Amino acid sequence: MTLVNKVLLKISTAFVSIIGSSILVFSIIYLLPGDPVLSMIDPSVATPEMVANLRKELGLNQPFYIQFSEYFMNVLQGDFGQSVVNSEPVLPKIVEHFPATLALTITSAVLSVVIGVTFGVLSAIYRNKWIDIIARIIGLFGISMPTFWSGILLILIFSVYLNWLPSIGSDGWKTLVLPSLSLGLVGAGFIIRMVRNSMLDVINEQFIVTLRAKGLSERVVMYRHALRNALIPAITIIGLNIGELLAGTVVIETVFSRQGIGRIVADAIMAKDLPVIQGVVFFSAIVYVVINLLVDLSYSFIDPRVRRAH
Amino acid sequence: MKEVVNTKTVLHVPKWKFTKQKTNFSVENLFILGAGMVVIFIILCALFPKWIAPYSPTFMDTSLILSPPNSAHWFGTDYFGRDVLSLVIYGSSDSLIIGIASVLIGGLIGGIIGSVSGYFGGIIDVVVMRLIEILMTIPGILLALAIAAALGPGLMNIVLAVAVSSIPGYARVMRGQLMSIKKRKYVEASRSIGTPEWRIFLWHLLPNSWSPLLVMATIGLGTSILIGSGLSFLGLGIIKEIPDWGALLSQGRGYLTVGWWISTFPGLAITLFVLSVNIIGDKLRDTFDPKTSRTR
Repeated sequence: MTLVNKVLLKISTAFVSIIGSSILVFSIIYLLPGDPVLSMIDPSVATPEMVANLRKELGLNQPFYIQFSEYFMNVLQGDFGQSVVNSEPVLPKIVEHFPATLALTITSAVLSVVIGVTFGVLSAIYRNKWIDIIARIIGLFGISMPTFWSGILLILIFSVYLNWLPSIGSDGWKTLVLPSLSLGLVGAGFIIRMVRNSMLDVINEQFIVTLRAKGLSERVVMYRHALRNALIPAITIIGLNIGELLAGTVVIETVFSRQGIGRIVADAIMAKDLPVIQGVVFFSAIVYVVINLLVDLSYSFIDPRVRRAH
Repeated sequence: MKEVVNTKTVLHVPKWKFTKQKTNFSVENLFILGAGMVVIFIILCALFPKWIAPYSPTFMDTSLILSPPNSAHWFGTDYFGRDVLSLVIYGSSDSLIIGIASVLIGGLIGGIIGSVSGYFGGIIDVVVMRLIEILMTIPGILLALAIAAALGPGLMNIVLAVAVSSIPGYARVMRGQLMSIKKRKYVEASRSIGTPEWRIFLWHLLPNSWSPLLVMATIGLGTSILIGSGLSFLGLGIIKEIPDWGALLSQGRGYLTVGWWISTFPGLAITLFVLSVNIIGDKLRDTFDPKTSRTR
């Protein structure tokens, strides 16, 4: 299979995934036993007439396949539906708020890769030394702390007591520091553990023994040969992590009152605005699939074994 | 064959020299012991809150609103004068139910889906795995969030939401296990003496493939509690007199400048529990998976 064909195949698979996830998101909202209409309006004040009207407005009296095909055609035309609260279209709102979320996702991803790879590698090289113990503790705490708690702790320390950084808002780089730190720590936790394990696997390989036997210095063996091989499996987890970070912004944007798409979801939950939730979840799914596609493609360029297979 | 085995064993020797297992063991075991004790204590809190909590979680001492941690109220009091320690102890049951029930449901459904897919293979496997991949296009917390939002607030709804979002992981692990184990020689041998298929499935395939699922479920318990408390932090949880940890933490957010303890302690409880579960999960994985135990 040529490289072009392979790339095309991956792109088309990603496209199928996006269609699949649109069906999934649609089904969740409209097929689950909970009545979306009743969860949108307070049942104690709702008259049967109001319920019927809203049902009609949402097209819920149509059969499922008609509802879905209508929804899907609208999505293809860039119409993600509209809020039931203020009838605003969903997509422009997402597009408007996405840069703030993207900035947070990228900074926390960079942070998690830098912390994660550094500590993961040092941890494996200096196994059972104090730096390994510190790295493993950071890793364990990273994957065990809820972001909404680490975020609150950071606010308490750096905003309330030290007064160094703002606790809320989404303007300027200063507002990015605390949220990306709290989100990046989670990613770092996963990456430290992953890199440490794959580095230890590589160190135990035969070719490392050979390199040492050849008389190469430990530094060259570790950083030029072991690290390169260890990073290949780590890249997958880094890619998956970026998607998870994107999802994690829902919580962290609420903690720091940032105006991103996660915040839109959190507000929509409070207002029981299902079309908005649906729109943002679907939008995030698209971004997630695209990120994973890019990771998948970059993977095949980085790993010589995959590259040569073309 | 024999020669290959021999060279392998010879080459393993230097690896064992590097691991320093003896010195490492005591410290690690201490961690695992501590983790086990934390888990048992929190489970006891969830089962018998009345015996452990110093106050009633609904008792409001209006003379002691927002008092910082002290000898009478170890975790301080909140804006209604309720004892935060008692709230955390009473809140543990809902938080644990969400975690444990969702792991059981997600693990069971995922395990069944994965074993069916792995056992039958072919077109069934292709279809099932495509569906699982679609489920995976939406990151866990967002999927749980969409489901919880559609179902409306409620303990069981949160459990279901978290359970569904965890199905893909379990299904994939179980599928991989079954696919490798169904090709083993002893399965073939059993089939050749005329053992019925259902018996092979129940007696040979399942018992030999569940251990990675168990390890995953242990680590998944931590993830489920994180997602579950995240959902209730966002306001999707149960609206009750006694909040669970996520909701309690969220309530304290408005009082950060006047009472750091209200949010800090429920979060500490979540972290401690998840941390302990992860330590135990790591240990289980090392025990069940010889590949990682060799290198760690």
